[in-house]
Amino acid sequence: MISYNLSHLKQLEAEAIFIMREVAAQFERPALLFSGGKDSIVMVRLAQKAFWPAKLPFPLMHIDTGHNFQEALDFRDDLVKKVGARLIVRNVQDSINQGRAVEEKGPNPSRNGLQTITLLDAIEEFKFDACFGGARRDEEKARAKERFFSHRDEFGQWDPKNQRPELWNLFNGKKSQGEHFRIFPLSNWTEMDVWQYIAMEKLEIPTIYFSHKRTIVDRNGMLLAKSDYITLLKDEYYEERIIRFRTVGDMTCTGAVESEASTLDEIIQEVAVARQTERGTRADDKRSEAAMEDRKKQGYF
Amino acid sequence: MTETQTKNSYLEMDLLRFTTAGSVDDGKSTLIGRLLYDSKSIFEDQLEAIERTSEQRGDGYVNLALLTDGLRAEREQGITIDVAYRYFATPKRKFIIADTPGHIQYTRNMVTGASTANLAIVLVDARHGVVEQTCRHAFIASLLQIKHIIICVNKMDLVDYKEEVFEKIKQQFSDFSSKLAVPDIRYIPISALHGDNVVDESENMPWYKGGTLLYTLENVNINSDLNYIDSRFPVQWVIRPLSEEYHDFRGYAGRVEGGVFKPGDEVVALPSGFTSKIKSIETVDGKLEEAFPPMSVTITLQDDIDISRGDMIVKPNNQPTSGQDVELMICWLNDKKLNPASKYIIRHTSREAKCVVKDVRYKVNINNLHKIEDDKSIGLNDIGRILIRTTSPLFFDSYKNNRSTGSVILVDEFTNETVGAGMII
Repeated sequence: MISYNLSHLKQLEAEAIFIMREVAAQFERPALLFSGGKDSIVMVRLAQKAFWPAKLPFPLMHIDTGHNFQEALDFRDDLVKKVGARLIVRNVQDSINQGRAVEEKGPNPSRNGLQTITLLDAIEEFKFDACFGGARRDEEKARAKERFFSHRDEFGQWDPKNQRPELWNLFNGKKSQGEHFRIFPLSNWTEMDVWQYIAMEKLEIPTIYFSHKRTIVDRNGMLLAKSDYITLLKDEYYEERIIRFRTVGDMTCTGAVESEASTLDEIIQEVAVARQTERGTRADDKRSEAAMEDRKKQGYF
Repeated sequence: MTETQTKNSYLEMDLLRFTTAGSVDDGKSTLIGRLLYDSKSIFEDQLEAIERTSEQRGDGYVNLALLTDGLRAEREQGITIDVAYRYFATPKRKFIIADTPGHIQYTRNMVTGASTANLAIVLVDARHGVVEQTCRHAFIASLLQIKHIIICVNKMDLVDYKEEVFEKIKQQFSDFSSKLAVPDIRYIPISALHGDNVVDESENMPWYKGGTLLYTLENVNINSDLNYIDSRFPVQWVIRPLSEEYHDFRGYAGRVEGGVFKPGDEVVALPSGFTSKIKSIETVDGKLEEAFPPMSVTITLQDDIDISRGDMIVKPNNQPTSGQDVELMICWLNDKKLNPASKYIIRHTSREAKCVVKDVRYKVNINNLHKIEDDKSIGLNDIGRILIRTTSPLFFDSYKNNRSTGSVILVDEFTNETVGAGMII
C-alpha cells in the first residue's frame, strides 16, 4: 500500500495556492490587501509560491489607518522590496481630510471602521474586482460562515443570507458590473496553523510579535501601547511591561499580552495554551456581539 | 532530538474534514460544543460570551450550543441558516467541521458541507431511533461519496445507557444502509451532554468496547480516499515569467486531482491530443520527484505545445471520458427552479462551458431513495438525475471514481448565482 500523505499545513498551503491561481484566472484586476500583519505576510508567501518563477500578477494594497505601529510599516516596505511587488497605499487620513470619513470621538478613537470607506474608495479608484484578504473563519463567529469567494454588491456590502454555496473546489467568480469579491485563501487556517506555517517556512515577521518591553496603559484589562493617538483617562497611567502583540492592527484598539515568548517556538507553545482568542485583544470586536457582522455588512474586510 | 520531535510534531499532523448534520433537538450543537470544549479548543472569551448570552436568554445553564450560533438572525431565531466551519486540533490531526443544519429545507447546505468532507457524523436520538432525517443524512453522505459514516447514538443517558437500545438502532440502520454504498460505517453510543464516549470513555457503558468518538476521528484511515491511480492535472494558469533569468520558462500551474506525476512521464494534453514528457515539477522550494493529490504544483514539459487554462494533462494510456453529453445527479441550490428551456454556465475543474438540460430522468425522494418519475420539476433542495449537453467537450470521470473530475456546478447566466451541484454518473 503506497502512502501518499500531505501534512495538514501542506494541504492548507495547496488549497490557498489553488484559490490564488483561480482568482488570477477568473478576475481581471485582483489586489492583495496587505497590512504588515502575520496573516498578510503568509499571504504574500503563498502568492509567491502560486506564481513562481513569475512575479505576483497583482499589486499589494495597504489601507493605512495612520495609527500603525512603525515597526509594521518598516517591515511592509522592506518585504515589498524583497518580493519585488507593487505596493499601493491609501490613507484613512485622506478620507478624513476629504470629509468622506469622520474621526470617532473619545479617548481611543478607532479608525478601524473608517478603513471601510477608504478601502471601498480605493477599490473603485483602481477598479479592483477581487481583493485578497487574510481573514480566517476561526477568528470570529460572523467569519465562520464566510466563503472563500465572498460576493460584495456594488456598494461593497456583504449579505450573509445571499452568499453563493461553495462546493468541492469549484469557485464561481461571476459578477455583474460594479460588483466585486473578497477572497479569503486562509479561510480554513487557524491562528495556530498560521504560526506553525511561519515557523515551517522560516518567515520573517515584525518584531512587535515577539516579547519586548513597552510603555502601555492598562485600560480595563486591555493593554494599549503608548502613542500619540491615545488620551489617558482619569486614574490611568503609563507603565512599562514585558509584552508582545498577537495581532497587528490599529494602535488604538490592538491590545498586547504580557509574554516572555521571544522565538517562534515559544510563541507556538504560548498559542497552544492560550485561553483567549487573538481577537480577544481587539477592542473593536468587543463593542457588541454582532460588531464584526455589522462591519462586514458595510464592506469591511 | 526528542525535544525537536515534540516541538515539530505539527509537521506530521494530517487533516480530516467531517460534516455533521442534525436538527436543533438531536444535540448536534451540544456535541460540537463538547468536542471543542473537551479538546480545549474553546477560549475563555468565547466561553464568557456564551455565559453572558445564556444568562440573558434565561437558559439556566451554560448553553454549549450557543458556541455554534453565528449570525444575529440565527441567534434571534434560534436556527442555523448556513454551513458554518469550525476548527480544532489534537496532536495527531487537525479537524475541519462543516456544521450543517439538518432540516429538510437545508439539503443544499448538507450537500455543500458534505462535498469536501472525508467523513460524516450522523446523530440519532437514542429515544427515537432511526428516523426519516437519519436516512436523509446518510443518503446525502453516500451520494456525495463520503466513505466513512459514524452513527452517533446520542442521549444514551436518557435510556439508562442500555445496550439493547444501542443494538436495536444499529440493526435498524444497517437494514437501511444496505441500500447505500458506504464502505465504512461505525456506531458509537454517546451522551454529548455528559460527555460519555465523546472525548473520554464512558463509565456508564462498560459493554461498549469500541473507541470514543474523538479516538475514532483521530484514527480513521482516510489515506486511500483520494484517487492515486488515474492521473489528472487540470491546468489553472500558465506561468510565463518572461524575465531574463527564466526567459523560456513555460509552466502549467494547477492542482493534481488524481494519480501521480513524475518527471519523465509521458503525457497527453486534452483537448489538443498533443503528447510530450514531463520535464520537471517545479515549486519555489525546489523541483519535486513526484506530485500527487491534492498538491498544487507547476509542471513543465519537454516540448512546447499549446496548453491553456481549462485543458487537462493526463497519461496517454489512462484518459478521462471526453464528451458533451453528461449524465448527472444534480442537487438544486436556488429558489428559482431548474428551467429545462434555459442555458446554464457549467464549471468543471478549471474549464467553463455552457449547457442545456436535455432531459430530467427522475427526481429522488431523499427520505426513502425512491425514484419519482411523475413529477420532474427540480426546485430548491431537490435531487434528481438529468442529462445535459455542453457547448464544448468536458474531460471527466465518474464522481464515484474521482470527486474532483466528477463534479460540476451550474451557474445562472443572468444572476451569476451558483444554482446546481452535479455529480457525474
